[in-house]
Amino acid sequence: MYVAVKGGEKAIENAHNWLSEIRRGDVNVPNLEIEQIKEQLTLCVERVMSEGSLYDTDLAALAIKQSRGDLIEAIFLIRAYRTTLPRFGTSRPIKTEDMVCMRRISATYKDIPGKQKLGPTFDYTHRLLDFSLLAEGNIPKAEKRKVLKEKIPHVLRFLNKEGLIQKEKDNNYQPKDITRNPLEFPANRSERLQSLSRADEGFLLALAYSTQRGYARNHAFVGELRIGYVKVKYNIPELDIEIDIAEIIVTECESVNQFQGSKKTPAQFTRGYGLTFGQLERKAVSMALVDRALRWKEIGEEFVGAPAQDEEFVLSHCDNIQATGFLEHLKLPHYVDFQSELELVRRIRKEYEKNK
Amino acid sequence: MERKFWLSTLATCNDAHLISLWKKFGIEVNFTWLRKPEIGSIMCQGKIGVTGNNFNFGEVTITRCQLKTSQGKIGHGYVQGRNKHKAEIVAICDALMQTNKKDLLIKNIINPLVVSDKNLKKDVMSKSESTAVDFFTLVRGET
Repeated sequence: MYVAVKGGEKAIENAHNWLSEIRRGDVNVPNLEIEQIKEQLTLCVERVMSEGSLYDTDLAALAIKQSRGDLIEAIFLIRAYRTTLPRFGTSRPIKTEDMVCMRRISATYKDIPGKQKLGPTFDYTHRLLDFSLLAEGNIPKAEKRKVLKEKIPHVLRFLNKEGLIQKEKDNNYQPKDITRNPLEFPANRSERLQSLSRADEGFLLALAYSTQRGYARNHAFVGELRIGYVKVKYNIPELDIEIDIAEIIVTECESVNQFQGSKKTPAQFTRGYGLTFGQLERKAVSMALVDRALRWKEIGEEFVGAPAQDEEFVLSHCDNIQATGFLEHLKLPHYVDFQSELELVRRIRKEYEKNK
Repeated sequence: MERKFWLSTLATCNDAHLISLWKKFGIEVNFTWLRKPEIGSIMCQGKIGVTGNNFNFGEVTITRCQLKTSQGKIGHGYVQGRNKHKAEIVAICDALMQTNKKDLLIKNIINPLVVSDKNLKKDVMSKSESTAVDFFTLVRGET
């Protein structure tokens, strides 16, 4: 049992004042503006929005500044703020087929309608430090080319036509919101995906990597990865008119995985799905791989005891705010609990000495 | 122009752009609040594998307000983000769009916002197009 402590106000206040001073750093260096974080540390801002589960670039940038760049601390701030917001309602499902894509690639088909578009990617860079960024180097201008066709259809549709890939059916399921109703096991795939979409990127990456190394057999291909702008549609209750209430950047990944078939179904490909706020491709791909691994039962695969197959393990540990809350509380005073343990150990030792 | 269209344009436009257009438009409108601007969120949904069941994947901040102008028109201001001033301008615009000011508003506010959004998207798409790639598959070893 945790027994609370009292006092320490002055020391805490002084600690926080020093924190504020140290956050500011050398006052001869210009103060970091929220706009600078928003414009120049975009991927960091997007990660905070994704794991904070709230799309608001200003707030995410503020949280990054306030937390001295500790992203989990920043996510914590966003999660705390999020709980204070009244919920006006739920959007219509976003239509990623209408996305204005910055990037869209497929690792399964070379020639696809809508083309492979690399977009602003780190892929194919040489990962060499660019010392010109130390100085104010010249920024090359992005090239532009005339767009002939605006619509970019999903790649997996083509496999679908041949019946080679399992279909995703809409059963009109009303997903429960895991921020309002505690997650129950076994969880529905909709609730699983909500949980994975706000999960810690590092945790998902490690689990996805484990599936690639053989813990749960699912060799994955990136059927499609797309990043871009989508509209969020919402029905205004007072008017009963559906409007585009927001526009957000999202990353979507559809993975394609082999399936040997069973007595009931012939061999066909199966799918994993990843969707996140912002340009978070590593996370979206990881999410798709983990989603696929968690589907072993529904697909009729064997449970081989791999961590990525274990729904309760994955979903109970993927949230970095839950994890850090429990972990970091260990730093708070535990004097009374430790005292009782100390006494217990002393007593046991005394009895041990007596019986020797 | 349908109400759905102008409300969508106003909800998702750039804050600073709308505020500056509104300032330039320069008219005073008297109104009473039906609901003062309040900040909240909506839950955003996606579809599993594009065509499957819905799932919740995160919230977006939204500000909303409602007002009634002295002419008796009701305006709704729903906008993305947390800018209360923007929500107020949107609600006033919505009310004015129901009056004979409609054409003026379309010309001076709605259309410029539509054009700037179109340009932004065109810019993204044409830059993306410049990164369109043709990969060759190579046969390894002897042919």
